[in-house]
Amino acid sequence: MLLEKLSNARGISGNEAEVREILIDAVKDHVDEYRVDTLGNLIARKKAKGARARKSIKVMLAAHMDEVGLMIVHHDSNGHLRFEPVGGIDARVLLSKTVLIGKDKITGVIGVKPIHLLKQSERQQVMELDTLTIDIGAKTKEEAAGLVKIGDYATFATEFSAVGSDCVKGKALDDRVGCAALVEILKRDYPFDVYGVFTAQEEVGSRGARVAAYAIEPTYAFGLEGTVCDDSPKKKDVSPVTRIGGGPAISFADNSLMADRRLVNLLVETAKENKIPYQFRQLTAGGTDAGRIMLVKEGVPSVSVAVPTRYIHSPVSLLSKRDLDYLVALMTKALPKLAKGLPDL
Amino acid sequence: MTTAKKTNHFPLPNSDNPKSNGMHPLKTLTQRITEAYGPSGYEQVVRDLIRDEIKGFADEVRVDALGNLIARKKGSGPTPRKKVMLAAHMDEIGVIITHLDEKGFARFAPIGGVFPLTLYGQRCRFANGVVGVFGREAKDATATEVTLNKLFIDVGATSKDDARVGVGDPAGFWRDFSDLGNRIVSKAMDDRIGCVVLIEVLKQLKKSPHDVYFVFTVQEEVGLRGATTSAYGVQPDLALAVDVTLTGDTPEANTMAVQLGKGPAIKVKDAGMLAHPAVKNLLAETAREAKIPYQFEVLTGGTTDAMAMQTTREGVPAGCLSVPTRYVHTPSEMIDFGDLQNAIKLLVAVLGKPIKLD
Repeated sequence: MLLEKLSNARGISGNEAEVREILIDAVKDHVDEYRVDTLGNLIARKKAKGARARKSIKVMLAAHMDEVGLMIVHHDSNGHLRFEPVGGIDARVLLSKTVLIGKDKITGVIGVKPIHLLKQSERQQVMELDTLTIDIGAKTKEEAAGLVKIGDYATFATEFSAVGSDCVKGKALDDRVGCAALVEILKRDYPFDVYGVFTAQEEVGSRGARVAAYAIEPTYAFGLEGTVCDDSPKKKDVSPVTRIGGGPAISFADNSLMADRRLVNLLVETAKENKIPYQFRQLTAGGTDAGRIMLVKEGVPSVSVAVPTRYIHSPVSLLSKRDLDYLVALMTKALPKLAKGLPDL
Repeated sequence: MTTAKKTNHFPLPNSDNPKSNGMHPLKTLTQRITEAYGPSGYEQVVRDLIRDEIKGFADEVRVDALGNLIARKKGSGPTPRKKVMLAAHMDEIGVIITHLDEKGFARFAPIGGVFPLTLYGQRCRFANGVVGVFGREAKDATATEVTLNKLFIDVGATSKDDARVGVGDPAGFWRDFSDLGNRIVSKAMDDRIGCVVLIEVLKQLKKSPHDVYFVFTVQEEVGLRGATTSAYGVQPDLALAVDVTLTGDTPEANTMAVQLGKGPAIKVKDAGMLAHPAVKNLLAETAREAKIPYQFEVLTGGTTDAMAMQTTREGVPAGCLSVPTRYVHTPSEMIDFGDLQNAIKLLVAVLGKPIKLD
C-alpha cells in the first residue's frame, strides 16, 4: 500500500528525498512530465486531454511531502544529544519516544526520569523542550559525535499498521495522506493542464508551495491535507474540528487563507450530487500550502481540503482509509467541472 | 474601456438625492459604503457598490483573481508615465461560524483583529441579511472576563434547523451610520472611509500627468493579501495606501500625537512599514502649498496595505495617508468630517502635479 510506504519513509522539512523517490515511482507512468525544482518540490504535469480541452486553465494540486521532526544541535559531554524541533511540535508528545537519526538511522531514545525519582511538584509539570535530550547509548561527547552529526534529522520510529477494520496509524500522515490522494487523482485525465505538486517545507512555512506556484502560475489551486481531528466526546456542544469517517474536510478559512467561495461551493455541490460524505473544517487556526499559493504573483483562487487525521504533529497519527477514498472521489468528480471556469467575482 | 465624463460630484445638499435628508452628499456616500456588508474574502457587495459609483470616471476597470477592483485613470503627461497606485481596502473585520449547536447557537472564529471586549451585546449581520446578537457564557466567569471561545452568536433560532445560517458563513458588525455634525460614526470606517476617499479623488481628479490606479483591495484585515497580489499586477512606481489610524485624543488614551480634526495624517511609520521619506515629504509639502491641514503619524501597532505594496517585486516607494479614527475595530468607528474632506483635497493636489521623488 502506497500510504504505508509513504508513512514509513523519513522526510522532515528540507530533507524530503526519500519520500520524493517513492512518489516519482508512483506517478511517473501516469503523467506527461515531471521535474524536481531547486527547493526539492516534485512537480508532475498532466497535459489537457479530450476534445473539449481548455488550454488556458492550469490547476495546481499541492500535497506536502515533509513531516515535522527534530534536528540535532549539540552533543552533551555525557554523550546525549540536544535538539530543536522542525515544525510545530508540542514537547509533551516527545517524552519516552524512540527516534531514528540521520542517514544511518541511529536509534535514540528521548529519555525521562522514572516516576520513582519524580518530586510531587514535577509530576504536575510539563517538561520543557530544551530540557529533553536524546540518548543514543554513547558515553562521551566524542563517541556521540562519531555517530551523529550536528544538523542531522531525527524522525519518529513509528511503524505504519492497520488499526481496526478501517483505520491505519503511522507517523507523518500529515501530509503523506495528501500525497497518496494526489497520486490517485493524477491517474485520471482532465480537460486542462493539471500540475500535481508534492511540496517541500510546508511545516516550516509553506516554502515549497510558494516557489512552485510562482513557476506554474496556476489559474486555480487546491491544497490536499491531513488535518486536525478532535472528535472525542465533549462536555459542551461546541466545535469538533472534524470527525473521522465523515469524509473530506473543506476549509472555508484558516490563518493563511480565505478560501475562494466558488471553489468551496464547487466541492460542496459535487459532494452532494455524488452522495460523497463531506464536512467543513470547523477551525480557522493553522496555515497550509493553499494560503501561500493564493498570494503568488497576481493571486490564485485557492481552497484546502483534508482527510481528518487524529493526533497530528505527534509520533503517531490515525485516520480512516474511507476518508482518503472519499477525498479522491470528491476531487476526481469536482475537478472536471473547472473546465467551465468559475463565475465572475 | 470607458471615458471619463464630467459630473457634479459635490451637488448641493438635497439637490439630487431624495434619500439624503439634507445630509452632505459625501456623508450620504460614506453611509452607503460603510453600511455595506463585506468581511474579508466576502467583499462582493462593496465591490459592486463602488464599481457602480465610479462608472464613467476611469479609463479601465477590472477585477483580479482575488477580487481586487482596479480602476485605471490614464495620465495626460508624456510617456513613459509614472504609475501611481492608491489602495484602500474594501474588507472589514468580522466573524465566521465554526459550529452550530443543537439549539441553533453559533460558535465563531474571528476574521481579522476582533477584540472580545467589543462584542457582547453587539449585533452582526450575515450575507443573507440574518442578524445575530453576541451573547456570552456567564456561568463561572467574572463580568469583565470575555474571551472569544466564551462568546456565541444568537440569531434568534429555536433550533439548529431554523438558524438560516451555517458553518462557514461570515458576518460583519451591524451598526448603522450616524451623522454627529463635525464627526461621523459607523462600523467599517476602517477602511470604507479610504474607499470613499479614492472614489472622490477619482471623480475630482480632472487631469494627472501620471497613470493613476485606484485599487480597492480585498483581505487587508487578514494579512494585506489583496494589496500583495494587486501591487504585483500593477507594478507601480509610487504607492499610497489610504487607511485609518488611531488617535491619542480621548480620555486617558495611549500617547499618540494624532487627533481628530487636525487634518489627514501623513504616516511616518507603523509596525509594518517605514514610509519612504520622499513620499512623506511629497505629501507634507503639497499640503503646505495648498494650505491643507495635516499631521504626522507614528503608529506603534498595526500596519496597512502600504507595507505589501512597498515590498512587491523589486520594491516600491510607498507611503500612507491616514484618516484619524477613534474606536478602531469596534462597531462604532468615529472620524472628523473635515479630515475626510482634507484627505481628498490633498490627494487631488498630489496627483495633479508632476511627481519627483528625491
